[in-house]
Amino acid sequence: MLKFILKRLGSAVGVLFAASLLLYILVINSGDPLGDLRESNAENREYLMQQRIDYMNLEQPWYLRYLTWLGGVGKCFVGSCDLGRNINGVEVSGLLANAASSTLRLVLLATVIAAVLGIAIGVLTAVRQYSGLDYLVTFLTFLFFSLPVFWAAVLLKEYMAIGYNDWLENPQITIGTSILIGVIVGFLLQMLLGGSLKRRRLTFLITAIFVPLLLQYSLWLNFYRYPQMGPAIIVVLTLLLALSATAMSVGLKEKKVLYPALITVVLVLVVYYATFWLLNDANAWILAIGAILSVALPGIIGKFMGGRLSKLATSVSALVGFVGAGLTVLDHIFRAWPGFLDLKGRPIGTIGSSTANLGGGFWDNFLDNATQLLLPTIVLAIISLASYSRYTRSSMLEVQQQDYIRTARSKGLSERTVIFRHAFRNALIPIATIAAFDFAGLIGGAVVTETVFGWKGMGDMFSTGLHAVDPAPVMAFFLVTGTAAILFNLLADIVYALLDPRIRV
Amino acid sequence: MNNINGKTPQDLTSIAEVEDTKLAVSTEQSKSQSRIVFERFLKHKPAMISSAMLVLITVITFTSVGFGPIPGWWKQSYLDAGTVIDGGKPTLSLLPTWLGGSGFAIGEHPFGQDSVGKDYFALVMNGAQKSIIIAVVVGAVATFLGAVIGAVAGYFRGWVDEVLMRITDLFIVIPLLVLAAVLGQIAGRSSGSIFALSLVLGLVTWTGLARLVRGEILSLREREYVSAAQAMGSRTSRVIFKHLLPNTIGVIVVNATFAIAGAILLESSLSFLGFGVQKPESSLGLLISQYQNAFVTRPWLFWWPGMIIVVIALAVNFLGDGLRDAFDPRQTGKRRRRAGLFALPTRKEKP
Repeated sequence: MLKFILKRLGSAVGVLFAASLLLYILVINSGDPLGDLRESNAENREYLMQQRIDYMNLEQPWYLRYLTWLGGVGKCFVGSCDLGRNINGVEVSGLLANAASSTLRLVLLATVIAAVLGIAIGVLTAVRQYSGLDYLVTFLTFLFFSLPVFWAAVLLKEYMAIGYNDWLENPQITIGTSILIGVIVGFLLQMLLGGSLKRRRLTFLITAIFVPLLLQYSLWLNFYRYPQMGPAIIVVLTLLLALSATAMSVGLKEKKVLYPALITVVLVLVVYYATFWLLNDANAWILAIGAILSVALPGIIGKFMGGRLSKLATSVSALVGFVGAGLTVLDHIFRAWPGFLDLKGRPIGTIGSSTANLGGGFWDNFLDNATQLLLPTIVLAIISLASYSRYTRSSMLEVQQQDYIRTARSKGLSERTVIFRHAFRNALIPIATIAAFDFAGLIGGAVVTETVFGWKGMGDMFSTGLHAVDPAPVMAFFLVTGTAAILFNLLADIVYALLDPRIRV
Repeated sequence: MNNINGKTPQDLTSIAEVEDTKLAVSTEQSKSQSRIVFERFLKHKPAMISSAMLVLITVITFTSVGFGPIPGWWKQSYLDAGTVIDGGKPTLSLLPTWLGGSGFAIGEHPFGQDSVGKDYFALVMNGAQKSIIIAVVVGAVATFLGAVIGAVAGYFRGWVDEVLMRITDLFIVIPLLVLAAVLGQIAGRSSGSIFALSLVLGLVTWTGLARLVRGEILSLREREYVSAAQAMGSRTSRVIFKHLLPNTIGVIVVNATFAIAGAILLESSLSFLGFGVQKPESSLGLLISQYQNAFVTRPWLFWWPGMIIVVIALAVNFLGDGLRDAFDPRQTGKRRRRAGLFALPTRKEKP
């Protein structure tokens, strides 16, 4: 396995090197970096030109400039990167840190959301091939495929962000609207859950009645400006999750799985009170450590109490623990929301990756970043969601025709086991390769999205750099995105090899 | 068939002949593979609607504003500014009077006018023309390169294959948009014509098809008929172009359509970012980029170009979907089981 990874890494580094040479040559030949100065009427024109020539080493031949750049990149291995200076003489390494963090955050989040949702939708539509849901999703994926990123982004900005912000000033939903929402949600939910006609009708009725009531109740609570949850609801939700996860995996009679899950629920309640003050003024480290512990501790409990079912018990308890921790964090976010609204009256941001001079504590900044990130992420995720769901669907359909699926069915396995244990795992294999290409596509999409939303990220660095025929920022963009793409690709390859043992030979 | 038992052998042969003729009359005529594919394609409703749509858009865009030196029937030019009438609102109305509209009318400026009074219909048509040119040129260039390179790599394997796979790896590292932007800037600075841009886009979008064709060829080259052709002394080029590539036509045609849809969107993104078509020429992406801030005050400047891109790309994608279903041999039995979305109930005969 190590040999396999090293081999892949070696070839990837070679490709990265060749690509950097190609891109460098293309960029420096894409125009005249002194073009704007040649046409200017400034008195110190000669001086400015000489200055720019010095900054960009223009008097050197191209290969020396490339080698200088490569040497600067090489210094990264000893801890002092030198990515050259841009057209105005500013060190690119300094600009890069901020730009890279916001762009990678955007692209990674969009990838994860798109992959998870897309694969789920793909599996669902494959299982319900040729149903109303399948037709609806197929049409939507084609629509998303054909959507120009920038156009969709502007539409979202106008309708979602500005519409929501206006609405939040004074949240009101009329009774007619809430009934309409209930009917629509009910219709979609019965499509999603499926089953017999009777069951579908029941799903529709319950949702169509329940949703309008919930909407009116939440308005009465003023939930949208003062959201609240509290420990009682957290415990009820985690308890429900623990019971349903146990019931779905082995059945409630199996105490070896049920007890660790219930203990985890109690643990969630204890930890809720224990960490209350800690989380009130949290930081990223506390959250990261908490996330790991929330999976690890219940996992260990499940492993020791599970006995012969230890694997199942571990995953059920870890799931309950993780969701419980997530709800606890959500509770703190809810608590911070009214204060955040005081700082930032119109929460959903359309310009920039964070609000300048916001002030406030950790949660305020967290919420600020999240609300600024919301729209670009939705735009990017929607577009790659389409390809993920499409590929998963066709891959699942392909797998379902295989003989081993028929064997599994004829053994009398339940449909859920057949789909998830036998079909889904094999269907995932081709998806791993698509993920790598998709990531590269998303970075391209991020360039466009950042322009629409006015982010000062990597994409902006690239497009202003290229307009000015300035290789340093363009190459810095390439270095970060290329390395990220290679790492992502490598990860996909490893997952691929783990899923399919034939690859490893 | 029940009455066979009582017959003598002579009668039996004649009965067999009668049955044969009956069978020949009752079953359909035998069809060639391409005929079957074509008929299946004709039955694919979304694809047929899309084809009609594409033909309609192409005819309107090319005849209305004219192409190159040839003048069109639309009187306004996309280059001439004029006086802004009624805030530049579109004069097109499709809503009939009995629904509260003002009846069907095209008017002076059906898509409205931009801020300096240019006719927006002419601008959008000019942009759509570019999208269609891009579609045709990229489709041709990328398909040709992808098919030939993929076939060569799959047939010879070895270092040719290795080089091809490394080039496709290059596209994982350099995002397509980035490479296209750099090349688009070079093409724009040197000539500025739409053909240069589309040629460049074709040069960067062939890799996906090449990978797929390579995969197909890798399995096809092991078939008996290829060995037979080689044994009879066919030249390599004949084996590739006569025996191998025609068998991958399904993959090629289907992916060409998806490459075309991708290229149309790529061009609009590049023009939006300023690396594609430059002013005073118009392109749908460029128009959106210019008027994205006019959304609240003059929304039609934003809606028309976007809708045209979506309609063209959607039509091309549906066309590709129809072609895929038509070329897929496994689709034959499936199609009948598919519950038609808008199908009316029909009387079913007992089989």
